[in-house]
Amino acid sequence: MALEIRNLHVAVEGEDILKGVSLVVERGTKHALMGPNGSGKSTLSYSLMGHPNYLVTEGDILLDGTSLLGMPPDERARAGLFLAMQYPVAVSGVSLYSFLHAATSAVRGYGDQSDTATRGRFNAHMMPMREFRKEVNDELDLLKIDPIFLRRYLNEGFSGGEKKRAEILQMAMLQPRYAILDETDSGLDIDALRIVSEGVNTLQRELNIGLLLITHYQRILNYIHPDVVHIFVDGRIVKTGDFELVEILEEQGYEWVRQELVGGQK
Amino acid sequence: MAGLHEDLRDIKEQDRYDFRTEIDYAHRSRRGIGEDVVRDISALKNEPQWMLDFRLKALESFFEMPMPTWGVDLGTLDFEQFYYFMRATPGKQRSWDEVPDAIKETFEKLGIPEAERKYLAGVETQMDSEAVYSSLKDEWERQGIIFVDMDTAVREYPDLVQAHISKAVPIRDNKFAALNSAFWSGGSFVYVPKGVKVEIPLQAYFRINAQSLGQFERTIIIADEESNVHYIEGCTAPQYTEAALHTGVIEIFVKQGAHARYTTIQNWSRNVYNLVTQRAIVDADGLMEWVDGNLGSGVTMKYPAVVLKGERARGEVLSIAFAGDGQHYDAGAKAIHLAPNTSSIVTSKSISKGSGRSSFRGLVRIGRGMHSSQSRVVCDALLLDPESRSDTYPYIDVSEDDAKVEHEATVSKISEDQLFYLMSRGLSEQQAAAIIINGFLEPFVKELPMEYAVELNRLIQLQMEGSVG
Repeated sequence: MALEIRNLHVAVEGEDILKGVSLVVERGTKHALMGPNGSGKSTLSYSLMGHPNYLVTEGDILLDGTSLLGMPPDERARAGLFLAMQYPVAVSGVSLYSFLHAATSAVRGYGDQSDTATRGRFNAHMMPMREFRKEVNDELDLLKIDPIFLRRYLNEGFSGGEKKRAEILQMAMLQPRYAILDETDSGLDIDALRIVSEGVNTLQRELNIGLLLITHYQRILNYIHPDVVHIFVDGRIVKTGDFELVEILEEQGYEWVRQELVGGQK
Repeated sequence: MAGLHEDLRDIKEQDRYDFRTEIDYAHRSRRGIGEDVVRDISALKNEPQWMLDFRLKALESFFEMPMPTWGVDLGTLDFEQFYYFMRATPGKQRSWDEVPDAIKETFEKLGIPEAERKYLAGVETQMDSEAVYSSLKDEWERQGIIFVDMDTAVREYPDLVQAHISKAVPIRDNKFAALNSAFWSGGSFVYVPKGVKVEIPLQAYFRINAQSLGQFERTIIIADEESNVHYIEGCTAPQYTEAALHTGVIEIFVKQGAHARYTTIQNWSRNVYNLVTQRAIVDADGLMEWVDGNLGSGVTMKYPAVVLKGERARGEVLSIAFAGDGQHYDAGAKAIHLAPNTSSIVTSKSISKGSGRSSFRGLVRIGRGMHSSQSRVVCDALLLDPESRSDTYPYIDVSEDDAKVEHEATVSKISEDQLFYLMSRGLSEQQAAAIIINGFLEPFVKELPMEYAVELNRLIQLQMEGSVG
């Protein structure tokens, strides 16, 4: 039971960005992926989720043994993969509440529109309202979000921190088996970081999520303690280790890794 | 455009075959236009002489006036091919079996109750809502509210009708207004006395014995001083009609300090030419709101207008149009500021899908001396396919220096990033697109009563599937 990335090569607009990424995230484990700007971390997250602009030229992505390649993003989500995005887009006129309701219903299998028996009945493909509301309220408590927040339009006018909380709220409702958190710590102040991290920890534990945490900085890792740490440079994982790696990085920066790499090549 | 008209013709042919011999009319005028037809209609309705004269005068104007040469292509519109008056035999209306399958299927998909389906398909001319209706009716009568069909109004309230008909939309306003004035049939007459606030929206389908959405409906609404009324015409379900020409005229009079709102969602079958004139005259401190949804018809021309006659009068036009394959809307709004301190807001949202085309045509006029007046026009277009089309034709005519006019227009496509984001949450591409579209339309939808909003959402979904009749 794992999210398995095998020798993944990805090109964006003809340019090779990922150059052979291999990584296995077991169910219930926490991996951190750290790397400098422009190293291709976000390309990795988009590729895993199946963004149409990211072309897999080689390799494979397996979720519990099934290849995700060829699946559009919605199928990947329904297969149990979640991506908390670094820059979630705004959708005007769509309340966070109704969006969450639709998404939760779709992922949990209420959304099967081919079911002719329910066709034409409005909301037949939606999770029952009362059930949904109760669950949302529980998750709002967990993440310390004011319920009024749900009435706002999806990500429209949200502060950086609000966007990140909304992403984790979505994760809580969609209950993935594997989740990629792409710089979820950016834009969070220290209190928000703690609340969000604690929320992620609780969810990770309860749902036994395989977590891939993409970040620049150590601070979120002090809250969400990773089992494995990878260092990502120039489209590749160049080093894998335990938490100690994080500390070395914080002290010496990515320059240290580059130096080591250059040294290694010599 | 050739394709569109071929389609229209095809559908018309089909209609004729489907219905040619089956329907038993108590009366149907001969095909085409003529004085004999006008006299015939007037006689059948037992109308007073003044109404016959009005019709005849309008007919003369109709013959004299030119066809509009702008907007939609009306090149294939042949006035002689239509019937201008049809009255079904009571109890012998079109049977359910005769309603085209496409329409039935759409009802099915919409989940519309049987009774309502039959009504909407023209099988029954009234709904089984008599109980609801009669209690409402008592309440309205107690408050002095008049809410009847226009034929009744001509008989029972001739003075009120005479004082208002063609006062907002003159016979010679445009060729179709003249046509309607000559051949009108059906429509509502509403009078709300001074200071009366009508709590429940007046809905056309509450009205008994009405072919509520006739092809030439004429509606007059008078909101007397300090009154408040919301009138709702139509329904989101497809309105099937054999007559492929719909030219309604709606005239609204908002007296001092009154507030009127007129909501309509038209979803005529795709064989229909929908050419409507809607205008409101607003006195001092009055507020008129047009809430106008367009989903059906083949071609539509309509420009709800507010004439702001009194100081501090306000007018708002909020409209949406969803042009699917082969549909062409030329719609918009007019705001005529005839007094100082008046304000207007026009919000237009259009969606074009496939070969659908949606044009916004707006006019704002602020004359000299109408100081401190302001107008704001916002039109947003969303194109769903590469071949979809949207055009904007804003006409702004301001002669007063101390006036403020804003115009904003955006054209957008559904962004790939939005689709990806929503799809990454498990929603199919179609669901994701529908959600984005619903969001785009939200400013309109939130102004609708709940049941209409729900139906509209369903309709949008069907329109997305391309399966609306």
